[in-house]
Amino acid sequence: MTTMILHLFLQHYWWIIVSLLGSLLVFLMFVQGGQSMIYSLPKNDLQKTMIVNAMGRKWEFTFTTLVTFGGAFFASFPLFYATSFGGAYWVWIAILFSFTIHAIAYEFRSKPDNVFGQKTFDVFLFLNGSLGPFLIGVAVATFFTGSQFSLNRMNQVQWATAWYGLEALLNIRNLALGFAVLFLARINGLLYIINTIDDEDLIKKSGKKLILNSIPFLLFFLFFVISLLFSKGFAADPETGIVTVEKFKYLHNFIQMPLVLIIFLTGVVGVLYGIGISVLRNSEKGIWFSGAGTVLAVFSLFLVAGFNGTSFYPSSYDLQSSLTIRNASSSLFTLKTMMYVSFIIPFVIAYIWYAWKAINNTKITENEMKSDGHVY
Amino acid sequence: MIENVDLTLVNWSRAQFALTAMYHWLFVPLTLGLSFILAIMETIYVRTGNEEWKRLTRFWMTLFGINFAIGIATGIILEFEFGTNWSNYSWFVGDIFGAPLAVEGILAFFLESTFVAVMFFGWNKVSKKFHLTSTWLVAIGASLSALWILVANAWMQNPVGMIFNPETARNEMVSFWAVLFNPVAVDKFLHTISSGFLLGSMFVLGISSWFLLRKREELMARRSILIAGVFGLLSSLMVAYTGDASARTISKMQPVKFASMEALFEGKSNAGLVAVGILKDTDKKIGERVVKEFVFKIEIPGLLSVLTGGDKDAYVQGITDHVLGNEKRGIMSVPEKMQKGQFAKDVLMDYKRARMINDKEQLESIKGIFRDKEFHDKYFRYFGYSSIDKPEDVIPNVPVSFYSFHLMVILGFFFIMIFATALYFLFKGSLSDNRWFLWIPLLSIPLPYIASELGWILTEMGRQPWIIQDLMPVSAAVSQINSGSVITTFILFAVLFTALLISEISIMVKQVKTGPGH
Repeated sequence: MTTMILHLFLQHYWWIIVSLLGSLLVFLMFVQGGQSMIYSLPKNDLQKTMIVNAMGRKWEFTFTTLVTFGGAFFASFPLFYATSFGGAYWVWIAILFSFTIHAIAYEFRSKPDNVFGQKTFDVFLFLNGSLGPFLIGVAVATFFTGSQFSLNRMNQVQWATAWYGLEALLNIRNLALGFAVLFLARINGLLYIINTIDDEDLIKKSGKKLILNSIPFLLFFLFFVISLLFSKGFAADPETGIVTVEKFKYLHNFIQMPLVLIIFLTGVVGVLYGIGISVLRNSEKGIWFSGAGTVLAVFSLFLVAGFNGTSFYPSSYDLQSSLTIRNASSSLFTLKTMMYVSFIIPFVIAYIWYAWKAINNTKITENEMKSDGHVY
Repeated sequence: MIENVDLTLVNWSRAQFALTAMYHWLFVPLTLGLSFILAIMETIYVRTGNEEWKRLTRFWMTLFGINFAIGIATGIILEFEFGTNWSNYSWFVGDIFGAPLAVEGILAFFLESTFVAVMFFGWNKVSKKFHLTSTWLVAIGASLSALWILVANAWMQNPVGMIFNPETARNEMVSFWAVLFNPVAVDKFLHTISSGFLLGSMFVLGISSWFLLRKREELMARRSILIAGVFGLLSSLMVAYTGDASARTISKMQPVKFASMEALFEGKSNAGLVAVGILKDTDKKIGERVVKEFVFKIEIPGLLSVLTGGDKDAYVQGITDHVLGNEKRGIMSVPEKMQKGQFAKDVLMDYKRARMINDKEQLESIKGIFRDKEFHDKYFRYFGYSSIDKPEDVIPNVPVSFYSFHLMVILGFFFIMIFATALYFLFKGSLSDNRWFLWIPLLSIPLPYIASELGWILTEMGRQPWIIQDLMPVSAAVSQINSGSVITTFILFAVLFTALLISEISIMVKQVKTGPGH
C-alpha cells in the first residue's frame, strides 16, 4: 500500500516536472516568436541583425529545454514517448526538422562562404519561428482532444490512420491552440526585443506589433479555453484505470483543483499585464510578467491534462488504450532514482539565471555587437 | 511480440538511424576535444595575461562554434528517433534507458548551453575568471553529455541492473549503480571521450601545420601545436589503452561480436592476433551463412589467447562455437538458447492469458517466476532468441566487423606516431624545416573521423541482429509505421544533413583561411 502511494506521489511529482519543462519551453519560444518576424518587423538590415542576435543568444536555452522535455518524458512516462513519437510520426518529424534548421541558421547565416547564402538561413529561421510553436501547440492540444491509436497487450502502439499524426491538423481546437501558442511566442518575442535592444525606432514598431499580435492571440486562446471547458474530457477511474468520456471534464478539473485554477488565472493576468504595461506605459519589463504568466498558464493546463483522474494522452480510437500518468509511467525505482537527480534542478536554474543576467546586463546595439566579436 | 516483420520498414528505419548517428558523430568528437583544448589555451591566457593566447583561443573558438551548432542540431533528431522509429524498443527499455537521457538533459545539456553563451558573448561582459570557468564548464558539460548517452548505449550491449515486469511487458531498473558502472559503460565512456580528444587534437595540429606551411601566424601555430601535440599524444595513448580494455570486455560480454571482429570462425587455443588481413568466402557454411577465411594475413602467434585469456594456451571462442555450441567448452548453442527464450516467452503469454481472465492466483505465481533470479539467468536472458528464425541469424556481418575494427586499430597507432613526431620536431625547433612532415597532420585531419565512425560501425553492426543483446532483435523494436514515411524522411534528412555538412566545411575552410585576425 505504502509502495503504491509512493509510486502515485512520484507519478504526480514527475508530471509536475514535465509540465514545468513544457511551460518553460513555451516561454522560451519567444526566440521562435522573434524569428517569425524577421521579415515584417525590422526596417533595415541593422535592425534585423539586432533581432537575430537578441534571439540568437538564447536559442540554446530553448533547444536544450526541448531536448530535456523529450528526455524527461522518455524517462518518466516512456509509454507516452513510445506511443506519441512512434505513432504521430509526421507531426514530431516536422517539429524536429524545423528545430534542426534553426540550430545551424544562427551560426551559419552571416558567415562568409556558407554556400547557400544568408537569405536561405533567414528562411530557415522564419520557418522554425512560425512552424515550431504552431506544431508544438497542435501536438499539445491532442492531450485534450485525443489521438487515434491503440496499444496491444505488449503495450506496442498501432496508429489508426495513415496520416500518422497529421490528422491532428484537421481538428479546429488543435489548430486554435497551435495559433495561440504561435501568437503568444510572437508577443513574448516582441516584449523581449523591447527589453533587450536599444533602438528607439525598433521598440516603437514592436509596441505597435504587440497590439496586432495580441488580438489574434486572445481570439485563438479564448476559443481554445472556452471549448476546453465545455467539451467532453477523458476521465480515468483511479481504482480500475478504465477510461470514460466525461462531460465538462476539464471544467470539473479546474473546479476540483482550485489551486490550479488560481495558477491559470494568475498566468493569464500576467500575460495581459505584461502586454498592457508595454503598450500603455512603454515599460520594458513586460517580458517578465508575460513570461512568468506564460509559464504559469501553460503549467496549469498540463496539470489539468494529467491530474485528477484524467487521461493525458487519450485515444479517441480505442478509449482503453488511453494513457494516464499511472499506466504510462516508469517504475517506482526509476522515478525515485530520478527524483534524487531532480533535486539539482534549483541549482541549474540558479546558474542559468546568473549567466543570463551576466550576458543581458548590456543592451544590444550596433557597437555592442561589434565589440563582442561573435555576431550572428 | 511482432508477428509480421516488414523488412523494408526495419531496414529503412535502421538506415535512417545510422544516417543520423553517423552525421551526428561527425561533429560531436570535435566538440569533445576542442572544448578542452580551448579551456587549456584560455587557462594559459588568464595565467600569463598574454593577449596572443587570447587571440588564438578566440580563433579556435570560432571554429568550435560552427561545429557546435550542427552537432546539437543532429543530436536532437537522434534523441527523438528512439521514439519515432523504435517505439517498441522505447517502451521495452524506457524504464532504464530514459533515466540516463533525462539526467543528461538536466545535468549536462544545461551546463553546456548556459555556459557556451557566456563563452561566446561574455568576453567583455564578465570577469576573466568567470569566462574561463565557463569555458571549462562547457568542456565538462560536453563530456558529461557523452557519459549518459554512452551509459544508455552500454546497456544495449550488456543489459544489467533490471528485471522484467510481465504486467507492463518491459524491463525495469532495480540498480542504478549497476547500470552506471556497467563494465561496458566504463570502457565505452573512456574510449569514446579520449577518441574525441584525439580528434580535436588532430584537427588543431593539422590546421596549425597548414599555417606553418603557408608561413602565416607561425607563433599561433606553434603554440597550438604544443597544446594539441601534448593533449593528442596523451589522448591517443589513452585511446589505445581503453580500446584494449574495451576489446577484452567485449570478448566476455559479447563473444560473437568479438569473434566477428577477429574473423575467428573456429575457436582455438594459441590463437594469433591478426594485425592485417584480407577475407574471402569458402565452401563451408554455418546454416546458410558462408564461412570466411583469410587470403592473406599478418599474424602475431598466440597473442589473441594471451590478450583475452592471460596465456597462449587460453581458448578463444569462435563463431561456430556459439552458433552450434561446444559442450566441451561449456558453450550453449543457439538452438538451445532459442528453446529457453521460447520458454520465457511462453511464460509471458501465460501471464497475458491469466490477465485476460483475471486469474489473480496465476498472475501472482507468474510474477514470482519473473522475479526469480534463476529463471532470469537460465531463461529470460535468452528472451530475444524466441524471435530468431535460424541459428545463423545471430552472426553479424563478419567482414564489416573485421575491417572496421582493424582499420580503426591501425589508424590509432598511426595517430600516436603523428603526435609523437610533431612534438619531437617542435621541441627540436625544426618543425618548419620539415615541411614534408607538416603535410601529414594536415592530410590526416579526416582520418580520426574515419576511425571514430568505424568504431561506431563495429559497435552497432557487430551487435546485430540485436538491438539489446540477447533480449530484443532489431526487427521487434521498430515502430509500426509505413515504410514509405520512413523512406521519405530518410531522404529529407539525408539531403538536409549533406547540405549542412557542405556548408559547414565551406565555412570552416574560409574561417581558417581568414585566420585569427587582430
